[in-house]
This record gives sequence, structure tokens and C-alpha cells, in this order.
Amino acid sequence: MELQSVDAGYSGRAVIKDASLEIWSDDFIGVIGPNGGGKTTLLKVILGVLKPLKGRLMYHDLFDPGQGKRIGYLPQFSMVDRKFPISALEVVLSGLMPRHGLFRKYTRKDKEKARQMMRKMGIAHLENKGIGELSGGQMQRVFLGRAIITSPKLLILDEPNTFVDNRFEGELYELLRQLNNEMAIILVTHDLGTITPYVKTIACVNQEVHYHKSNVITEKQLSAYNCPIQLITHGEVPHTVLKKHQK
Amino acid sequence: MTDLLQYDFFVHALWASLFTSITCGIIGTYIVSNRIVFLSGGITHSSFGGIGLGYFLGINPLIGAAGFSVLSGLGIEYFSRTGKVRHDSMIGIWWSFGMALGIIFIYLTPGYAPNLMTYLFGSILTVSTSDLLYMGILTLVILLFFIFFFRIILFISFDEEYARVFSMPVIGMKNILIALVALTIVVNIKVVGIILLISLLTIPQSIANQFTSVFRKMMVLSVVISLIGVISGLLVSYQIEIPSGASIIFALIVLFGLTRGSLFLRNRLPLNSRTEKNRTNTA
Repeated sequence: MELQSVDAGYSGRAVIKDASLEIWSDDFIGVIGPNGGGKTTLLKVILGVLKPLKGRLMYHDLFDPGQGKRIGYLPQFSMVDRKFPISALEVVLSGLMPRHGLFRKYTRKDKEKARQMMRKMGIAHLENKGIGELSGGQMQRVFLGRAIITSPKLLILDEPNTFVDNRFEGELYELLRQLNNEMAIILVTHDLGTITPYVKTIACVNQEVHYHKSNVITEKQLSAYNCPIQLITHGEVPHTVLKKHQK
Repeated sequence: MTDLLQYDFFVHALWASLFTSITCGIIGTYIVSNRIVFLSGGITHSSFGGIGLGYFLGINPLIGAAGFSVLSGLGIEYFSRTGKVRHDSMIGIWWSFGMALGIIFIYLTPGYAPNLMTYLFGSILTVSTSDLLYMGILTLVILLFFIFFFRIILFISFDEEYARVFSMPVIGMKNILIALVALTIVVNIKVVGIILLISLLTIPQSIANQFTSVFRKMMVLSVVISLIGVISGLLVSYQIEIPSGASIIFALIVLFGLTRGSLFLRNRLPLNSRTEKNRTNTA
């Protein structure tokens, strides 16, 4: 899919300007940028929930006439009501809804598929638990299950590493690496350091979108992109470079 | 109890209890899960405007209430979606606007407004055959709607944004559900009255929610709990001659207190260290 010089924002005011991005089927893009820089806005455009004020959005192969957009999406943790009465299995199953339409019931085969998904993620024993009874990591796995149950061609994750423990984070990235063989992945994060070994390329979003075709990025390059974020370098001893770029 | 069944009014009241429990049990679960209790309160009170209009025009006040509450529900949603007024402020405005209109209309209607107290505080023993007919039809509509569209209702309620990404008819579905909320409120006004109605849409659901965190089970359990509450409230009101609406609410509150208390005690008992696990299993 691709974006061509897109302006997007709310009530007529552009948050991101002149953004162009091409996403290929085997991409693994880490999206970074300061808070309020437009990361979520960019995601909304890619997801098709926010119409660009200017420019074009083309899904190409991502759009299947029979199945619609073949996108999987893991929303930000805070977007979900944790007290909502719904079981883990129901959440994973609901991922099939967009493909099934309004009327079709979930078949036994669908349920088997959802259970298989949950086994793959090590949460099979939680299927009847209400969503509110799960830990952060378990819940993220449930949402990941919902996102990939349709085998999408593009998986979008919005800050999947908030409120989860380190062990889950490691497992998550390992899982994403496997999934990347089958689908493109866009991962929004504020924590660049831990993802660099996994992502293939990096996009910096701060009003403008700068696409960096490598997973190694230096502080100098970041400042050139006008992207003041915290950078962790991986040397002999990992350390954080806290100096921020002046606007 | 058997001799009570000889009376038409009591048989009517029992049917009304059943319809009330089904409609409020299901719709209330939707309301509580989606945290739109305040919106429902607003719709309930603004329906008074329709009741006043009904008196003024000399038509069945419930017809006026139906039109008024559906419009106010959809109006609140529409204006807060497109306008710049906060959702809850919008509710406050419609809430008082409806009440004010009702008072003005009733004042302007010549003569005495009969049964006004019935609409405010309810009277399940005066439910008429035509009231039952409306209730029965709505019960059927709600049952069918929730059976056919259960998955999509759950999907949109749980994660609206996600549903929007996949171009599901989010706004259309929500509007239909708001209309059903409004109609549920209207047909149940006779049972407990405008002032007390919100209890039927929240207490049974809150009781049920202590035992289950699954929408489907919460709906079924809420229906059963309302039925217990409404019928026992009805019997108590008959026995000691107190207003039925208030007695029903009281019965529900007692049920809430009992379940809450017993769950609290069970979780505190030292013998049963695995209560947390048991609790989720019973769910």
C-alpha cells in the first residue's frame, strides 16, 4: 500500500504534513516520534478511519474485493474498556466479524481456529475468562489473536509494549518476527532501543514523516529528521543518550 | 397468591413483570456495559415532555413519550457527535428540557391531569391490556434483534474504533440501539415510573456483573434477577400496602445488598482460600 503526500489532522488542522510512505509485503517498520507528533494520526490514515485532508491513500494488494481491507490492528491499551463483559475467546473470535459480515454465526471451525490461535500464544487456558481478569500481557495476546485470526497482509500495532512485563515483550517481538514471514508489520513505539533488532526500517513522525531504510539510526540522523526522541544505542554496554534535539 | 390470580389486574401485573424483566434485563446490560447510564437517565426524564404533550393534545401520553424519548436519544447522540458540546452536558440539557416542557404542557392543559403520579412513580397494578400489548411487541423486537445481531452488538460496543476500521455500520447500529433503549424506557414507565426507572436498567445488571464478566450470561442473569425483584416487590407492596414502584426498587436494592454482602463474606472467609478461583468458575 502507499500514501502519497498526505496531509491529515482534525477539524481541518493538519497534524501530519505531506507524508509519503510505501509499505511492501515483507516490511517491518518501526514508527517512532515524540508524543503529539502524529504517530496515531498516521496510523488512523493507514487504517482508513481518518480521511486525509490532502493527498492519496492506496491499498493496492491490501484490498481484497471479497474480504475488504486485509489489515490486522492492535489498538493502544488505553483505548479499551477493561471492565467490559466479554470473554477472551469472544474477543479473538470477533476478529472474524469483518470478514463474516453482520449475519453469519461463528461456526465450530471458527471457534477451533480461535482456540488454535490462543494456543499458539499460550493463552488457551484463559478462553472463558473475562477480559478484566487478565494481566496486561495476557490481554495484549488476546488482542494480537483478534488482529491476526484473519491472516492479514498488514499488521498494525499501536504501542503494544505499554503495561506489559519484559518477558512478554521479548516473546512478543519474537512472535512478530515469525509473523513477518507472512505479513508486513507496522509497530508504533516510544521505545526505539528494544525494537531495533527486530524492525527492518524506521519511520520518524514529527509532523513530517521521514522514512529511514535501515534499522540502525544515529542521533545525528534523528536530529536531521527533526525527531527529538530518546535513543538507546547498542554498544558493549547499552546506554541511553538523553540529549534532545533542538527544534 | 392463588386467590390473587383471580384478579385481572394481578395477572396483568405478572405479565408486565415478565416483559419488564426481559426488556430491561437485556437493554440494561447494553446500557451498563457501554457506560451510558447517564444517557439513559436523560432519555427517561426527557420523555416527560412527551407525556405532557400527550395530555395537552388529548392522546395517549405514552405515544407522546415514545416519540419524545427516541428523538431526544438520537438528538443527544447526533449533536454531541457533530457539535461542540460535551456529551454529558448535552444529556443534562435534554434531561431538564424535557422535564420543563412536560410541566408547561400539563400546566396549559385545562383541568386536572389524571394519573400524572402513575407516570412519575409507576403503578404496575394499573397496567392495561394495551400497555401489555406494547410491552409484548417490544419484548419480541428486542429478543429478535439481540438474537440476530448479538455478535455485531458486542463487537461495536467493546471496541468501536476497531469496528470502524473495518467499516462496520457503527453509527447505524448505535442509533438503533439508542432507539431501543428509549422505547424500553417508555413501555416500562407504567411499571416503576420515570423517577425510578433507571434502577431497573442498572441494579439487576450490577448484581449479575458480580457473578459473570460475559455479556451473554450477564443478560440472562439480569432478566432472572429483575423477575425475582419485580415479583417480590409486587407481592410485598400488596401485602403491606405501599406503592409498588418503590417497593420493587427496594426489593432490587435488598437483592443487591445480599449478593454483594455474601460475595464479600465468601472472599473474606479464611477457610476458603481459593475463593477467587471459585468465583470465576461459577461465572
